[in-house]
This record gives sequence, C-alpha cells and structure tokens, in this order.
Amino acid sequence: MKLSDLTSRAGEWLRGEGPMSEIVISSRIRLARNISGYHFLSRCTRAQRTTIEQKVRNAILANAGKITEQLFYVNLADAPEIDRQLLVERHLISKPHANAEGSRGVAIGGDESVSIMVNEEDHLRIQVLRSGLQLEEAWEQINAIDDALESVLDFAFQPPFGYLTACPTNVGTGIRVSVMLHLPALKLTGEIEKVFRAAKDLRLAVRGLYGEGTEATGDFYQISNQTTLGKVEEEIIQDFKQVVIPKIIDYEHHARRTLLNERTMALDDRVFRALGILRSARLLTSDEVLQQLSHIRMGVNLGRLKGIEMRLLNELLLMSQPAHLQKMLSRKVEGDARRSARAEFVRSRLGSI
Amino acid sequence: MKCDNCNNLATVHLTEIKGGKKLEKHLCEQCASQLEGIGSVKGHQPINELLTNFVMAHSGIAREQTLQCENCGITWAEFRQGGLLGCEHDYKVFERELSPLIQRAHEGATHHVGKVPTRRGAVGVPVKRRGPDIERLRGELARAVEAEDYERAAKLRDQIRQAEANETK
Ligand SMILES: [Zn+2]
Ligand SMILES: [Zn+2]
Repeated sequence: MKLSDLTSRAGEWLRGEGPMSEIVISSRIRLARNISGYHFLSRCTRAQRTTIEQKVRNAILANAGKITEQLFYVNLADAPEIDRQLLVERHLISKPHANAEGSRGVAIGGDESVSIMVNEEDHLRIQVLRSGLQLEEAWEQINAIDDALESVLDFAFQPPFGYLTACPTNVGTGIRVSVMLHLPALKLTGEIEKVFRAAKDLRLAVRGLYGEGTEATGDFYQISNQTTLGKVEEEIIQDFKQVVIPKIIDYEHHARRTLLNERTMALDDRVFRALGILRSARLLTSDEVLQQLSHIRMGVNLGRLKGIEMRLLNELLLMSQPAHLQKMLSRKVEGDARRSARAEFVRSRLGSI
Repeated sequence: MKCDNCNNLATVHLTEIKGGKKLEKHLCEQCASQLEGIGSVKGHQPINELLTNFVMAHSGIAREQTLQCENCGITWAEFRQGGLLGCEHDYKVFERELSPLIQRAHEGATHHVGKVPTRRGAVGVPVKRRGPDIERLRGELARAVEAEDYERAAKLRDQIRQAEANETK
C-alpha cells in the first residue's frame, strides 16, 4: 500500500455508508499526545525534531500490526506538494501539517480509517475516521491504538492536567471529537443559525469542510468539542451522540420536510438546476462543484432525483479537488485549464448534453 | 533582590507597620504565598499600604516578566505571544498563570478525569456509575435541548458534571 494507490479509491470519510449517512458524512476522533522527556515542537531544534520523528515513526512501524492493518508511512518532509495536498483533501492530514517545515510524517492504515500525524502541533495526533455516525466505534478503535502506542512510548501525562499538550486548549484528554454534517436544507431555509446558536451554547466549534479557518463550502459543517478537560472521553462522546447530533439531524430533517412539502417546486428547481450546471458548464471551480453537488445530493436523498448513485456524487466531490484532479490527469494544470479539465471530467461522469 | 527567607528572586515587597515601626519584607512568590494575611485586613495597616501590598501580591507583574522554564527556555511572555507551550514542565512552572486560562478554555474544569496511561499505574478508563439523580438531570437536559433552551441545557450539563464528580469522590 502506498500513496499513489489512494487516488483511485473513495476513502473512509466519503464511503457514504454508516448510520444516518444521509446527513452525517463522517465521524472523527483525534487524540493529541506528546512523548515525555522531549520538548514540544515549537521549542525544538531541527535535530530534536528529527529525533522525535524517528522515534515515533519507529514505534509506529514496529507495532503496526497492533495499530491497524495495511499501515504505511509517508515522510512529509520529502513528499511533493501535490501529494501533501492530496492527503489534506482526503482528510488524512491537516493543512498546517501539509505546509509545515522540518521532519514530520503521517502513518495511514485501515483503509484510511486511521492516520497518525507525527510532529504536527503535538508529537502525535492519532486520528480515527468512520463514515456515518459511528463515534463509539471510532472511540473503541482509537482507544486501542492509543494503548498500543502507549506500551512503547512514554506519553507526557501529569495530574492534575492529564495528557500534556502543546496548546493548553487540548490538555486533559487531548480528545477532539468531530462530526461532519451535510445540512443543505437548513442553509436553504435560512435556519442554519439555529445550529450555530446551539453549538455555541454547548461550547462546540463549527467549522467548514477542511477544518479550522475554512468555509462551510457545499453545506458541509464540522461540529467539534472544545472542552477537553474535566470530562471523561465517553461523556464527551455521549454528549455528541445523544444530545448534539440528534438535535441537529432533527433540524435538518424538519427543514428537508418543509422544502419537500411546502416548496416542492423551488426544491426541484435547485436540484435540477444544479444537475444542469454540472452537466453543461465548461469551467468549474472546486467550490462550485461542491455547492452544486450539495443540492444534487439533497435531491437524491429526498427521492427527487433518481438514477444517480451516492457513490458517484462522492467520487465527483473528491476527484474535483485540485490535487486529485491533477493526479488523475497526471500533470500540473492551473487557472482556466484546470477549471476546464474539471468541468470536462464532471460532464463525462454525469452524462453531458 | 533576593528573598528574605530563601535564595529565590524576591518579587513581593511588603511594608508592615508594627508598634509604630516600619518593617520591610522582600519575598519570593512561594514564601509570600505561605505568609498569612496578604491582602487581608490585619493589624493597623494604613489602607494605601494595604492596597499596594494586595496589588503587588496579586498582580504577579514582576513574576510574569521573569518567569521562565529552565528545561525548554520559554518565558511566560513568549507563551502568551505564541499560544504554545515549550515542554511538559511548563504546566508545572506556569501552573499559577495557566490555571485561570485553562479553566476559561474548559468550562471551569481544573482536573483531568478521563483516561490514564496504564504504565502510569491506572487500568484503563475509570468506569462511572450513574445514579438516578444523574439520570433525572439527563432527562431534563434532553427536554431543555428539545425546547431549544440552550442556556438551561448548558446549566444542566454542568450540574450533571458536578454530580458525576461528586459520585467519584
Ligand atoms: Zn523565598
Ligand atoms: Zn519548558
């Protein structure tokens, strides 16, 4: 298994399966860990950074079997920009990790459900990703991976603060639980503010498709916890599973029903207009593809549009991203040439006029 | 200037009036904190001295400027600027300064209650039993959320957490 094999596959977060997958795209849990006895990364020299990277990499590779199947390691310091970008688009590394400097890497495995970033903001950022709403399953898996790594690495841990992280906002459990939601109806009915308000009151962060500082393109919203201290991991997860997510799903269902029952024509117009654009446009940006796909996806979910598979929509979503598109074309393209190539690809997959 | 009691840097300067005589004390943060009555009304200290002492003891201005981790070299000021700590020891070195920040970031929490690494002597995640009281609060929480009363929901969630903390004590 290697990096170049990834391009042709769907990736865990876009599998389009799992509970509540018509609204919940994916569930993600991430744990921040540091090794005791080494500086946090912002105070490391280049050499210290390299020492940590090697130590963590060796620990991961030596215990690959206990972590997950088909584990492979990507040395990001050596990886070309397009490969790093590809990993960002697949939600396997963060943008800052892709663009950083110095020794760093990522271990990927389990059909992309597991990724371990080495030398991101913390020495380790372990991530488990599942399609649909599968937080408990994700926790079970990441907890076991954490145990496996802990048996060979001495993690910085000290009462009263627990797991010690470079940023005090992650201290304690070091856990970040995120759920990616597709909320097109709330956006269309102008009720998305409800979600922001609920999230704010419950101390949750709302972000866009690619995390911190990104726009909610294509009506995708990432909801995640901010409090990491003073709660048991299971509590944080149960808050999500029992309180937060069902409520937002309810809102979206309600908004979808309203559109379906009271604004059928407007709904259909949106859906078929989106399909028309993607089937006809000669220049497309990735943001526009995301936005139109969002409406088509809603149309498919609500039974207004037949004969289009969710699998195809997910493929289009991923392959129209800049790095994926260029990998597929096997060449670097920019500007109008790229937008034109994207439009051509989308037309070819959706059946053009 | 060195502390009157030990060899640390003196950052707290006190003036006490005892029997009409002026006494000056220069203490480090640790020794000062062990001294009773700083900031409290005691004896017949003039109010302005009382205030000065109080401000000096609580502002920590002098302390913050000199505060540095010996292990990684980061100063408190550098952390405030960059937002990232330099090593695990910083949580100890800056504990007093960090604690209020941490509390603010974590809904008032001061202690980790989750998973503990097994090599640190614990066995897995502590298991919590939820009593009927917490069940009731959870029900109320669900209803508050149902009614979109998030302010109440947030309060109830804090109550649940409190009750859970008490249970495990
Ligand atoms: Zn002293
Ligand atoms: Zn330090």
